[in-house]
This record gives sequence, C-alpha cells and structure tokens, in this order.
Amino acid sequence: MARPPIDKDTTSEVVRQFGARAEMLVQILQAIVMRHGWIPEATIRQLADELNLSRADVYGVVNYYHDFRTEAPGNHIVKICQAEACQAMGSRELTEHARQSLGTEMHGTADDITLEPVYCLGNCACAPAVMIDGKTHGRVTDGRLDGLLAAIKDAR
Amino acid sequence: MATSRIFVPRETSAVSVGADEVALEIAREAKRIKTSIQIVRNGSWGATWLEPLVEVEVDGARIAYGNVAPSDVAALFDAGFIEGGQHERRLGRVDEIPYLANQERWTFWRCGLIEPLSLDDFLRHQGFKALQKAFSLGPGAVIEKVVESGLRGRGGAGFPTGIKWRTVSEAAGDQKYVACNADEGDSGTFSDRMLMEGDPLGLIESMAIAGFAVGASKGYIYLRSEYPLTLSILTRALDIARDGGWLGSNIQGSGFDFDIELHLGAGSYVCGEETAMLESLEGKKGIVRYKPPLPAHEGLFGKPTVVNNVVTLASVANIVNLGGDRYASMGVNRSKGTLAFQLAGNIKRGGLVETGFGVTLRALIDDWGGGTASGRPVKAVQVGGPLGAYITAEQLDIKLDYEAFVDIGAMIGHGGIVVFDDTTNMAQQARFAMEFCAIESCGKCTPCRIGSTRGVEVIDRIIAGENREENYDLLLELCDTMEDASLCAMGGMTPYPVRSVLQNFAEDFASSGDDR
Repeated sequence: MARPPIDKDTTSEVVRQFGARAEMLVQILQAIVMRHGWIPEATIRQLADELNLSRADVYGVVNYYHDFRTEAPGNHIVKICQAEACQAMGSRELTEHARQSLGTEMHGTADDITLEPVYCLGNCACAPAVMIDGKTHGRVTDGRLDGLLAAIKDAR
Repeated sequence: MATSRIFVPRETSAVSVGADEVALEIAREAKRIKTSIQIVRNGSWGATWLEPLVEVEVDGARIAYGNVAPSDVAALFDAGFIEGGQHERRLGRVDEIPYLANQERWTFWRCGLIEPLSLDDFLRHQGFKALQKAFSLGPGAVIEKVVESGLRGRGGAGFPTGIKWRTVSEAAGDQKYVACNADEGDSGTFSDRMLMEGDPLGLIESMAIAGFAVGASKGYIYLRSEYPLTLSILTRALDIARDGGWLGSNIQGSGFDFDIELHLGAGSYVCGEETAMLESLEGKKGIVRYKPPLPAHEGLFGKPTVVNNVVTLASVANIVNLGGDRYASMGVNRSKGTLAFQLAGNIKRGGLVETGFGVTLRALIDDWGGGTASGRPVKAVQVGGPLGAYITAEQLDIKLDYEAFVDIGAMIGHGGIVVFDDTTNMAQQARFAMEFCAIESCGKCTPCRIGSTRGVEVIDRIIAGENREENYDLLLELCDTMEDASLCAMGGMTPYPVRSVLQNFAEDFASSGDDR
C-alpha cells in the first residue's frame, strides 16, 4: 500500500477543493500530508504561487507544525505516545523496545517503517497507546506491539 | 423472535482495544447461526476499563458485557447473551454499574446511550430542543441563563462562559464567530473526544445556541489531527445536521443562519491556547497573540469571537433546557456544576467520571478508579495536563474546586487525572515537563523558548549531581522567570509540575544519580 507520489495536478486539485483560500493553508498542507506523507520543497513553491503567499509564509507554516514532514517517511508510520499518562504505564520502556525491534531511532525509518513520537492520542485510559498508519491501539504491551509490527510486514 | 439490538461502541478507546473486531465477529456469528440482530455503534459510556463494553437490549433494559474479546463471541452466543444470558463477562444492567450509576451526568448524558450518527435517535433524546427553546427565549435570555449557571471554561482557564458570551454579544462587529476548541492536547484528557464521538450532534446544537446568543453566523471547530476517528464521526454529523436543516440558512424557519467549518490541527500542542488556535484557523503558524485585545473583541480575522472548549459548549444545551440555577445547584463555591473528570495513567478503572465539583481526588482515584493498575501505592497524581502540578499521595483529600487547587499551586485544568505509582522517578517527570515545553513552545517569548531548554539542562546537571544546591536554586529562579514573564500558560505554567517535584519529591533528584 504505497502512498501515491506527489504531483503538481493533485496539489492544484487540493488547493481548489479548499477554494484557493490562503487561510486554508494549514488544511491544504494537512490534506497533502495525509495523502502523500510529506511536503516537498517544490510543493511549498507551488502553494505559495497558487495561494498568493510568499514562499517564506508557506515554509514557516510547514516548518512550524509537527505533522508537516519535509522528508518522505516510510510507507508505514508508527507513533508511540510519549506523554505523561502513557509514561505512567511504561511508554518509555515500550519506546525502547520499538527502537530495538525496528532498528531505528525516533524520526528514523527502517524497513519502510518510520518511528515517531506523539504527545497524546487521547487514549489515556488505555495506556500505553500507539498509532499505526492512522489507527490507534491501546493497552499496548511489548508483545502486542511486536504482533502489530509483524502484521505490517505480513501485509506486504 | 424480534431482532435484538446489540451495542458495540465506535469510539477511539473501545476501538483501540478491539471493538471493531468484536462487532465484526458478532455479525459473523449471528449470520452463522441464523439469528437476526442489529448492531448499533454507540459512543462510549466512559467506563473505559470495561471496553470493549457490549450491550444487549432485553425488554427495554440494556445488559452489559465487559472486556469482550472477539474470541468470547461464540461462547456469548452459546450462553444466550442476546437474551441477557449468564456469562462471566456479564455485568448486569449498564445503568446499574456503580461506576456509571454514581455519576451526575449533565453534559455526557447521551454518550453511550444514543446512536451518535442517527438524527432520529438524537431527536428522540431531546436533540435540538434547547436550540428551539433558545429561539423562543431570545439571545439575551440565553446569555443570562449561562451567566446564572456559573459555567466556567472547561478547557482549563476557567473563565466564566456567560460573561464571555455577553462581551461578544455587546461587541461591535458586522461578523462574529464561534470557535470551538477541540485541540485537546493535555495528556490524561479525552473528554472532548468522547463527547464528539458519542454525541456530536449535541456539540453542534450547543454551538448553534452560542452563535444565536452572540449573533454569530459562523462557527469553527478546531480538531486535533491525532483524533482521526473523531474527524470521521464529526464530519458525518455536520452533514447530517445540514441535511436535516439544523445548520445552514434560516434554521428551522427561525431566520437564524449558522454553519460550522471543521478545521484540523497539525500536531502543535500550543494551538490549544486560544489565540494560537485562532492564528492556526487563519492558516498561519500557531503563535500566541498578545492579549489584549481579547478574542471576544478582536478574535478570528479580527472579529469578535467566542472561543470555548468542547465540553464548555456542550454543557450549554441542558443549561437552556433545565435552567442555569439547576446547573449552579451542583458543585461547590465558585466551581459550579459538573466536570467530566478523566481517570488515566496507572489506574485500575480508567475512564470518564462526570460529577459535581467538590468531590475529592481520593474518591475519584480510589472509589471510582480502584487505585493503581499495578496494585502498587500511588506516588503522585498530575491533575490538569502537562502544565499541572504533581500532587502527593498525602494531598489526595483535596476537593476538586478551581480555587482550592490554585491555593496549593496546582490547577484542575481540563480535568485530566494521571496517576503514577511508587516506581516513578519524579526527577524524570520534572525533566519531561521542561522537555515538552522546549518541544512545543511556539517560540514567541524568550522565557518559554529559551527557558525550557535551559531548564532541561539544569535538571540534567542536578540529576548528575553537579553543584546540586546551586543548580537547584538556579532552577527555582528559572521557574520564577518563566512563570512571571511568559506570554501564555505554556511557558507560564511549565514551572508548576517542575516546582511541585522540587518541593514534594526532592529525594528523587538526590537518588537518581547515574540511574539513567
């Protein structure tokens, strides 16, 4: 399930969907990231053109928000909650386990899987919580995480 | 035999522990044994520790089965669970589960009960009755009811909602807005999410009431991107409301126009601060604005704007329906009404508890929560998210009351309660508070932007045993600077958890040495 590569026409289409309104920049970027996973430099230039903003404006917004990656991630994204409620239930240890079993540091990619921190998934009564490719999982143990990671690998 | 209705929540926590798979398995098994059932995907009641909580309707009563796994389903059918049959997972009537029965549900009363995406079900449960009543009362009377209720902002700041609405209604402006803050970023909180997933039309109704009261024709919901299921439910609910004529122009012939635009956040914690959220809604970096001007005077696009949290807004429908005085009769002192407390972290029975202010922290943690999940003693409790103080096990008899918390250097915030057991190294928690501030600071003011990074460094030196006393004093001084000179609560309150650790758990700094 590879993400579609980003192209100019799709970006223009997204801009049109949001009425080419500059105040929708965060929404436009979010739509692009959800579809393609990241925001390339060329897209920043294109958005500046089409929304009549400066490149600095668009770059500033891209750079500000954690969701807007400027490098292509792996096709699968594993986010582990690092916030307090999950810490209280062992998320630090779970993160360490994930780093070792995936063989990558936070923000790194190994075997097409990108590991990222997230600060709260709102699943604090089922801590620790993990989000894999947009789906939230609760009460995640090392073993359950291994199973979820194996399922990603089995699926391809 | 009539078709049995079986309820399986479609709510993030329930789904995160297998509710979708359980629903699928129930459908499959029913088909296999040729039994006619109807699966209703309700919201969660908030007894999260029992999720997936499956209910079966039997003679008008809803019988609950807790912690159901897909592998239990065949046995549940064998035990006749669709007629309420006996099984080890059976909990009896859902409304008699003490965790739920002992609550005072004002804002969350429909959560779990109704099918969130059925307009008919919503209307059957008093849906849009408050909006209709607001139309007949008129804007001024609605605002007076909210003032009378004593409702305060549930996002954390606790500002009186009625006063805010009155200010916006009196502000001059050709266009006004209602901005609903659904950027619920505090760890340990999920009440906004549960409400939006369990009663999205209820939120929409209350936003329309707010718009009607202050003279706003447009509303925004700023939803955090970490809630994809909420996004899908809310998007659908907005369409349902529009199709039913409850949003749009001339709502139900009232002459009142109101629509709602849903915006997604992009992973910035500080966008939960109201002015940063407004910047983000304008498509910009989520950088905090100076106040004044207040958003009530110059908010979104410079127009008068009501900025309220999800739970604040959703409390209004019943205030209009049942009366502000009735809401104010619950709670204590200046903390009127109810709060949806959220029990999280290392707790046996985590979930949502809506009850009147004045309940003690101990009652919430022990009576509702059942103590720690690990079974070990409680060491610390963080109330109010990452900017809230760590409270000690000795302080648990404190009553949940905004002012009582301020008196001990703590805050109630959005009502999140995160429990830690005695294996926690509190020095690491203090370090995390500073680290989180460094990661999330918007960067506008120096105390927050630089102070948080320096804070991490100083704490690291204390932990390493370098000039411990000097660095300890330096950290306290840094906390004072951040608190006094930061622009918003991010930098201004990060010192709360840090100071509380220094005051109450100093031994963890001394003992951490080279532990890590």
